[in-house]
Amino acid sequence: MAIKDLPREEYVLEGNASCPGCPITIALRTVLKALGKNTILTIPASCSAVIQSLYPKTSFNVPTLNVAFETAAASASGIVASLQAQGREDITVVAWAGDGGSYDIGLQALSGALERGTNFLYICYNNQMYSNTGIQRSGATPYGAWTTTTWTGKKERQKVLAEIVMAHHIPYVATASIAYPEDLYQKTKKAQGIRGPKYMEIIAPCPPGWRFDMSKTVELARLAVETGAWLLYEFENEKLTFTGPTRAILEGDKEPASVEDWLRMQGRFRNLTTQDLETFKQVLQERWDHYRKLASL
Amino acid sequence: MKVIDTGNHMAALAARMARPDVIAAYPITPQTTIVERLAQYVESGECESQFVRVESEHSAMAACISASATGSRTFTATSSHGLLLMHEMLHWAGLARTPVVMVNINRAIGPGWSIWSDCNDSMSQRDTGWLQYYCSSNQEVFDTVIQAYRVGEHADVLLPVMINYDGFILSHTSMAADIPSQEDVDRFLPPFQAGWKLDVDDPLTHGNIIGPEYYMETRYDMHRAQESARQLIADVEQEWEERFGRHHGGLVEEYRCEDADTVLVAMGAIGAEAHAAVDELREQGERAGLARMRVFRPFPAAEMQRLSERAELVVIDRDISVGMGGAVAAEVRAAVEGPVKSYVAGLGGRDVTIRDIVKMYRLAQQGQEGWYSVEVS
Repeated sequence: MAIKDLPREEYVLEGNASCPGCPITIALRTVLKALGKNTILTIPASCSAVIQSLYPKTSFNVPTLNVAFETAAASASGIVASLQAQGREDITVVAWAGDGGSYDIGLQALSGALERGTNFLYICYNNQMYSNTGIQRSGATPYGAWTTTTWTGKKERQKVLAEIVMAHHIPYVATASIAYPEDLYQKTKKAQGIRGPKYMEIIAPCPPGWRFDMSKTVELARLAVETGAWLLYEFENEKLTFTGPTRAILEGDKEPASVEDWLRMQGRFRNLTTQDLETFKQVLQERWDHYRKLASL
Repeated sequence: MKVIDTGNHMAALAARMARPDVIAAYPITPQTTIVERLAQYVESGECESQFVRVESEHSAMAACISASATGSRTFTATSSHGLLLMHEMLHWAGLARTPVVMVNINRAIGPGWSIWSDCNDSMSQRDTGWLQYYCSSNQEVFDTVIQAYRVGEHADVLLPVMINYDGFILSHTSMAADIPSQEDVDRFLPPFQAGWKLDVDDPLTHGNIIGPEYYMETRYDMHRAQESARQLIADVEQEWEERFGRHHGGLVEEYRCEDADTVLVAMGAIGAEAHAAVDELREQGERAGLARMRVFRPFPAAEMQRLSERAELVVIDRDISVGMGGAVAAEVRAAVEGPVKSYVAGLGGRDVTIRDIVKMYRLAQQGQEGWYSVEVS
């Protein structure tokens, strides 16, 4: 399918309060086109809570519940239980959270909801930091990245939430990038058709947080994939399959784009030393090897 | 039907008979026998509720709020640290105007670990917007859980309700109670009509950012709703009495207060004990009375003021607002003009017997007050 084939219906309306070049509205717009009208969103504290616009207005055209920071998945559990009690099988419940609300403060609730087999779709849009509060480090912030709580660059490598999620043996895990809307659309559609817990994670380059020009969001998101810094895959029935350009890169059929060039586009890596760069690349290499193993099982 | 059972089993039975659509709960001593019983009900098919076995109390409350926001009647139960973990979400339930009904078994807070009766858990939640009942018998536990739905779900209230009772003293002690038929409960408690709900045919956003030009009114509305609940609590109890022949006092159960010159003010199990203490004091020739505070939120200020006009009030708190004193006494003093004596007693499950209450009464007559059994005895 091509972008022009995406449904015309808009569920993220004009006049929302997102920054220019914000990846979240790009992602949510595509996701909601895939899910359609019968969708309920539950959203914890995050940029998405802000970009809806101020009460009494909203720019989200599906019923939306704002909940406390650590409660997205628990909230989804309650909505799902209520819909089950009402016999409503035709509504998709989506927890829409950032990486702070997913990797860190909401991890317990997420794990609980997954383990309980909750019939919902959890989507983490990952901008690799707490952007809403002004660019602080999160568990998803990569090694070396500047944030306002890691002024000299983060000293630790990021955790990989999707792998923690896979350990819950749920029916569907997928990653996506806003630079590949058709892929995001199709994965979202697929997730909607599966019963049980589904987890998707979307890489979401944030202009003010990553320190790049607002016109470059999609380019950064594309290069994240083409460099192999962000891997596209699906994990179904305990089997991992690479998708999009990731397949050719990890199977050795395509040279990855220069990760150095990609890092250089981001002001947050300005202070990366040669040694840091080597560490960054080594972490990447280890991840590729790990995922190659996962995919070959 | 007469049954003999524990406070927790009465609460579980009442919850089942209220027909909640969704139950979300997490085990904690001494609440556990409620969730165990509810799980049995659900698995045996006696209860049709969706039962979400959450991974924490915080998630229990988040799930209940969200289920309520989707139009469902909900129930949960907790105690002590579980209630404290919920604190953020208790405020959330209040401000979201989701009438969740919750049983809280009053239990002390650690460290050191104490599983015994103490009201500091629920007293710490008094500003969250929840209505608070305190029960003094297992029958009252059953009756109040059902009544709580009628009050909390009323269109003029739409606030969550917490039903409190003492850990072990009530939660694990068997007493006789009269249980109405399911048909009678259904007639008393019609299905939940949500004040607002998530609806795919009316896609509204709930709880987004609210500026200073609107926020204060949301608080005012909550306060007004609590004010409306005063009369409703009394009316619902009166209707309960008409249907089932039992009345627990509405906001405040007054016992032998008509000609009393000294009125004990207490809640929960100490309230039940004080009932017997008043009889003993009367036998000794004292003009003693009891005002058992059954509802702490909304605060029964008018009732306290009325009693205070005729008698000295002696408040027994099973809680402590550290650096201030007994929380109930502080509020009573704020509400009345007459003299008030204050005792802190029974913390961490320390026994407060009839004899102790008689003694407090006598000491109060001598002008004493304070920490009973610690600095005054």
